[in-house]
Amino acid sequence: MINKKVVNVTSALEGVTDNMTLMLGGFGLSGIPENAIAELVKRNVKGLTCISNNAGVDDFGLGLLLQAKQIKKMISSYVGENDEFERQMLSGELDVELIPQGTLAERCRAAQAGFPAIYTPAGYGTEVAEGKETREFDGKMYVLEYAFKADFAFVKAWKGDEAGNLIFKGTARNFNPNMCGAAKITVAEVEELVPAGALDPNQIHIPGIFVQRIFQGEAYEKRIEQRTVRQRH
Amino acid sequence: MLDKNGIAKRIAKEVKNGYYVNLGIGIPTLVANFVRDDIEVEFQSENGVLGMGPFPFEGEEDADIINAGKQTITTLPGASFFDSATSFSMIRGKHVDLTILGAMEVAENGDIANWKIPGKMVKGMGGAMDLVASAENIIVAMMHTNRAGASKLLKRCSLPLTGVGCVKKIVTNLAVVEVTDKGFKLLERAPGVSVDDIKNATEGHLIIEGDIPEMDV
Repeated sequence: MINKKVVNVTSALEGVTDNMTLMLGGFGLSGIPENAIAELVKRNVKGLTCISNNAGVDDFGLGLLLQAKQIKKMISSYVGENDEFERQMLSGELDVELIPQGTLAERCRAAQAGFPAIYTPAGYGTEVAEGKETREFDGKMYVLEYAFKADFAFVKAWKGDEAGNLIFKGTARNFNPNMCGAAKITVAEVEELVPAGALDPNQIHIPGIFVQRIFQGEAYEKRIEQRTVRQRH
Repeated sequence: MLDKNGIAKRIAKEVKNGYYVNLGIGIPTLVANFVRDDIEVEFQSENGVLGMGPFPFEGEEDADIINAGKQTITTLPGASFFDSATSFSMIRGKHVDLTILGAMEVAENGDIANWKIPGKMVKGMGGAMDLVASAENIIVAMMHTNRAGASKLLKRCSLPLTGVGCVKKIVTNLAVVEVTDKGFKLLERAPGVSVDDIKNATEGHLIIEGDIPEMDV
């Protein structure tokens, strides 16, 4: 067994420096690497390019890095729900690249899988495709989109073992599996870290080969963005 | 004239037995409330769930189980969770049978704009561009006119596009309209709405053939 366990979040983020490109898993606030984000704030690294579907809310998730002005550029598909983000974007402090959600996922997956680029129909004929190579296949037009190149991927899983194997829960899975192995170093944080052999190999979502460092997060707030309930009759 | 629930109710009739359906945020979300009980469908949410159920009872919310609108949800028997790349494989690979989404503008050639108002609103396209680029069956749910009273069914979209030539059908508070090679074809009128009302509220070319029936809602 190749042991991927690191003692804490501080060692997990060793080597993260200014001006790096980071991938961060999560959809809204669900399945975000809460502990890694808190540590990035603590390390106060600046000039970051962050690839993440959303940008958090004002006081949680990637919003914390925005508040501290650590992000130079965001690559996301949807960035509503965040006033500070909007302010920085409109004032020109923050560079923003909005891309289709499926394209975001597939550019991660391409990096993970060793494809330099992919063709997607998404965005053809829109401003997203401006300046990009297009090609016709079977009478339909596609846009060439390149695999991401990132220094670190920070992902969050439900359970993991010391070999780096990961199991996700519910829709907290989202982009996390697609970002594993898509950067030079993948750091996984889990709610529960168990010894190798404790997880059923049949149930592993992401094999440890895609993960370089794993640690158990100290605490998870798991904030809910839109609490919606129905009444009991 | 229909309200938002009325639009959702009319669209629910387009949902057929055995369909996998992706519902957008807003009016489309309401469609799930009106699908007949004797029809088997599964709702997909692009953040990674198939077999979405109703909202949870109070106290049973789970931060790890949400829909694309970031609302807490439940799952039904037969549900599954998956990653984002798999989710969009379902969408781009045409495994999802029906996509229902909102729009700011639709053009008579089927172009749709729903993600950006330059200088005013830039929130992003989310999964909308992937959905409209691939889905074979796209229904737009929206009001016929905007808050200023201007038509949202246009000759050409004025806002940045989400997709080109992709919308097949539009259900509004006034009408059901099909997008054809020759323009918008009026299929049904909302209760209490005349053909002239619809004509006046439609900027794009509206094809009216024979008697236009009133919607059954």
